[in-house]
Amino acid sequence: MSVSRFWRKQQNRYNLIGTHCTTCGRYFYPPRSFCPDCRREGKIVDHKFKGVGTVVTYTIVRSAGDQFKFLTPYALAIIELDEGSKLTSQVICDIDKIQIGMRVKPVFRKLAEDGKSGAIFYGTKFVPA
Amino acid sequence: MREVAVIGVGCTKFGERWETSFRDLFVQAGALALEDGNLSGERIDEIFVGNMSAGRFIEQEHIGALIADYAGLATDNIPATRVEAACASGGLAFRQAYTAVASGMSDIVVAAGVEKMTDVGTEVTTDVLAAAADREWEGIAGITFPGLYAMMATQYMHRYGLTREQLAQVAVKNHDNGAKNPNAQFQKPITIETVTKSTLVADPLRLFDCSPVTDGASAVILAPLERAREFTDTPIKVLGCGQASSSLALHDRKDICTMDATVAAGNRAFQTAKVERKDIGFVEVHDCFTIAEICAIEDLGFCKKGEAGKLTEEGYTARDGKLPINPSGGLKACGHPVGATGVKQVYETVKQLRGDAGGRQIDAEIGMTHNVGGTGATVVCHIFGRV
Ligand SMILES: CC(C)(COP(=O)(O)OP(=O)(O)OC[C@H]1O[C@@H](n2cnc3c(N)ncnc32)[C@H](O)[C@@H]1OP(=O)(O)O)[C@@H](O)C(=O)NCCC(=O)NCCS
Ligand SMILES: [Zn+2]
Repeated sequence: MSVSRFWRKQQNRYNLIGTHCTTCGRYFYPPRSFCPDCRREGKIVDHKFKGVGTVVTYTIVRSAGDQFKFLTPYALAIIELDEGSKLTSQVICDIDKIQIGMRVKPVFRKLAEDGKSGAIFYGTKFVPA
Repeated sequence: MREVAVIGVGCTKFGERWETSFRDLFVQAGALALEDGNLSGERIDEIFVGNMSAGRFIEQEHIGALIADYAGLATDNIPATRVEAACASGGLAFRQAYTAVASGMSDIVVAAGVEKMTDVGTEVTTDVLAAAADREWEGIAGITFPGLYAMMATQYMHRYGLTREQLAQVAVKNHDNGAKNPNAQFQKPITIETVTKSTLVADPLRLFDCSPVTDGASAVILAPLERAREFTDTPIKVLGCGQASSSLALHDRKDICTMDATVAAGNRAFQTAKVERKDIGFVEVHDCFTIAEICAIEDLGFCKKGEAGKLTEEGYTARDGKLPINPSGGLKACGHPVGATGVKQVYETVKQLRGDAGGRQIDAEIGMTHNVGGTGATVVCHIFGRV
């Protein structure tokens, strides 16, 4: 991903800032500027997520693309945040220990490195809570 | 809307086609389709071509024009349009061709699909395919396609008790079918152990749970049904068509184990075709990974959620079973040149319905195709029948 494309959502990624529709009460992380339920009636504001959540499902990635192969094997999960929104993230833990239902909390980590540009991307990953 | 028929079909051998270029692949497929439909190029009014990522695989865009040019049709200046919906590009190209003929805009239309994937290494391929998911919110987390489908499998096995062996049986069955398909990338039968002892790619999915990286092209020709007999004695009618979208990211689905776009596209195809599940003789489903075939059988409504593993184990989906799934060998054994797959599914369905499918022939009146983009953000289904 280009540095500028990453940078645009950097504050969201660093601090787990998503959005909230005050019309229907839904929370969005990744952030959405348009509520799919309320559409034009939806009023969207920023929301900083508490960060704690639960593993819905997971895998151990053993074969990855260029930007991530230095991390293999790594645990990847879909996590449901306590506010009710789901996201995809790596979970830093013993890969044999991850399981469905596991409670997790956020940490600030290196996400990926782009060999070509030399850019290093940082953001939120999760660890067992 | 006019009724539409498929009057000619062509498909290249699928596999690592090192000696054959992108443009040679689609020229071969197109020539085979024209020969099969017994018509010459100047009869073609329009072309739609499905292609996911020539820009990154071979650093070539503007594929519509390239195809018209090298198919020798640019001299007639016919319209040629590229269609992209990741791995559903081919099915979508077919749908565009179908609507062009049905609406009366064009008469004789080619739907083609092509992908040349092996000119780059596996790590680049993995990254190119990852673009079918949400780059900003899944890609940056380090997803891979096997990884995303693996997460469906983890949750599915946890919830429904699907066994490792039942999942492996999907691949065993599809390799068995592929062994009867001269165009297939893999033509060797395998055992459950071949799957369960193969390398882990993304737990619980192993090498033999995955479709491979493939070069290939397929092309089919559509015409108004009322004119079909000018070209062929065995036109195959398009009975129904359904397309649907869902969230780009897997994490935004209501249920990780249900492709709601498959449910919607399937329902639309059945409604437009005015046929029931029980009327379907076989289905070419999008088995990019073994778990995808399990979910597809259920989401298309052929059984209840959680039952497809047991049905597969019992032989219900085998060539001689009650509902054969993927007689071509599917994406697993026939191969998965992403943009070509959806058109190849139509090719196989037409061959089967005509009674032209050789050693893998199934006796059926009605067949169905199911083509998925990404983890289910785009789904295209078609239903076909003899006339
Ligand atoms: C699984 C995968 C990573 C394996 O790639 P790879 O490790 O580079 O494999 P190689 O090309 O080095 O092949 C190694 C051997 O395995 C075989 N092989 C490769 N992929 C295979 C597959 N999916 N099934 C069975 N055998 C396979 C090759 O034929 C080769 O056999 P050989 O040694 O006898 O010649 C790759 O096939 C893949 O990415 N598949 C998924 C594709 C995908 O995501 N498609 C989009 C879906 S939506
Ligand atoms: Zn809302």
